[in-house]
Amino acid sequence: MFLLLPFNSLIVNLLGISLTVLFTLLLVFIIVPAIFGVSFGIRKLYMKTLLKIFAWATLRMERGAKEKNHQLYKPYTNGIIAKDPTSLEEEIKEIRKSGSNKALDTPEFELSDIFYFCRKGMETIMDDEVTKRFSAEELESWNLLSRTNYNFQYISLRLTILWGLGVLIRYCFLLPLRIALAFTGVSLLVVGTTMVGYLPNGRFKEFMSKHVHLMCYRICVRALTAIITYHDRENRPRNGGICVANHTSPIDVIILASDGYYAMVGQIHGGLMGVIQRAMVKACPHVWFERSEVKDRHLVAERLTEHVQDKSKLPILIFPEGTCINNTSVMMFKKGSFEIGATVYPVAIKYDPQFGDAFWNSSKYGMVTYLLRMMTSWAIVCSVWYLPPMTREANEDAVHFANRVKSAIARQGGLVDLLWDGGLKREKVKDTFKEEQQKLYSKMIVGNHEDRSRS
Amino acid sequence: MRKCSVYSLNSLLTFNQYVLNAYYGQDMALLKALEELHRLSREDFQRIPELAINPLGDRIINAFFPEGEDQVNFRGFMRTLAHFRPIEDNEKSKDVNGPEPLNSRSNKLHFAFRLYDLDKDDKISRDELLQVLRMMVGVNISDEQLGSIADRTIQEADQDGDSAISFTEFVKVLEKVDVEQKMSIRFLH
Repeated sequence: MFLLLPFNSLIVNLLGISLTVLFTLLLVFIIVPAIFGVSFGIRKLYMKTLLKIFAWATLRMERGAKEKNHQLYKPYTNGIIAKDPTSLEEEIKEIRKSGSNKALDTPEFELSDIFYFCRKGMETIMDDEVTKRFSAEELESWNLLSRTNYNFQYISLRLTILWGLGVLIRYCFLLPLRIALAFTGVSLLVVGTTMVGYLPNGRFKEFMSKHVHLMCYRICVRALTAIITYHDRENRPRNGGICVANHTSPIDVIILASDGYYAMVGQIHGGLMGVIQRAMVKACPHVWFERSEVKDRHLVAERLTEHVQDKSKLPILIFPEGTCINNTSVMMFKKGSFEIGATVYPVAIKYDPQFGDAFWNSSKYGMVTYLLRMMTSWAIVCSVWYLPPMTREANEDAVHFANRVKSAIARQGGLVDLLWDGGLKREKVKDTFKEEQQKLYSKMIVGNHEDRSRS
Repeated sequence: MRKCSVYSLNSLLTFNQYVLNAYYGQDMALLKALEELHRLSREDFQRIPELAINPLGDRIINAFFPEGEDQVNFRGFMRTLAHFRPIEDNEKSKDVNGPEPLNSRSNKLHFAFRLYDLDKDDKISRDELLQVLRMMVGVNISDEQLGSIADRTIQEADQDGDSAISFTEFVKVLEKVDVEQKMSIRFLH
């Protein structure tokens, strides 16, 4: 113990120097560029290096598996069974055709009809389109995070050392750095917007508000080491419009808001979130609702319409799915925002899960755990596409318009376009879908006569 | 024995992530662990939206659970799924002296038969046929019409005059149907 004494001051000195160096680096390489919106390209270089390492790691694991004569677990994102895209009618006709020589057009019941429902049911048990959207996407190659490894038994010593090194870098270097940045970003936002709130209304206030918001969001982007590629920036949302995007995580807001100046919509929370919200609204009009007001759809629609009609107000940012989906598909858009009658600016966000999966599985992780996981990933890499604006056509209803926008977003982002409601994460599916199937089948066994319905 | 790659145990909510890529285990220790730890209840199946909207969803779910039990383990789950293996796969591993494989034509037909046979007495009575028909058509057909459909079906199939369809009679009615193809699910990999 006594031997450590002369080293004590040395250690303290070293600590002091390294901290100063760290903070200078932080300032020069991260915060200053964030204020001015420039980039040194450090993150892109980091990304390239990581990719090379991941490819090597997967190769090693495959080799390890081959030595033991096993197969690696490989997830198949396009499904594991062959599914026929034929309709109920066609499929049942085919079954009947092979079974009997009777004419196909006469509606009647056959015992073999049950094969259709039976097989369809079994197919959905093996691989259905919906439930897999509510958990994180599985990766085809390992990215040195234990949370995504399914082949533990094939890791060699070298790979384990590499993984250990990764853990050290992520938790001891990147995590503190990111937390420091996040702290800086959030406090600057609160302080900055409050100060801007004291300015008299006018062009100067707007200018300051915009830049305070942008600067803080950019710092937060760096706090997550988010590497974002924006496409088609000429289509960026304008005042008086509504920006809709697919929803994967709360980070979506930071990603979009660091490249554009939006009015946020949401429920007022308590705690830190509430403090941030109340500060932000001092600088520029965001649309915050009390918890009780959120249930009142009429009130929500009214306030949004009011906001949108004022051309001087900022574009609203909305996520019509209503819940976080795992970024392999886009689920049903709620029609509320499409009834207002404003121009809709669709935005597609696609994350690359290789460097860190941004999906927030809210039934598995709370917000704090989620943020910690984000900050201990390698990086958050994503692409953002700004799609050309869309408006509701003359005889189009809100649901149809919502589906049109959803398809455009799905197409651009390379996501599967689903009609299922994201709410199925927590709720049961409605009976109307089953009733539709029953109706279709009834037609096949009795034809179309109306007077045959049950009294 | 074919090689197998076992999917991970990501979530207990659905068994989608459990499905085996091939049908017989290689890593017996892992399979044993899976068998012990994980059990499914009916609610787990009902959480699959596409299954919940299937008119015969409840009957299909029932097929997984042995008599009187509320939970199915991994082995039971795989046994039920094994009925849907394509038949061609058997050609490669023919075992003449072994028991009939689960995915034989006869066993596939038996699976479908059990969907109709509600009380498991090896006969499809008029009542049972009516109940299953009612599940498939919902409220769209009257009782009388459904009754006459059931009568006609039983009349055509019944050969021993007991006004019910036995398994042998069921097989006879469906002798020309391409059961192999229609009751098989092909894996992509």
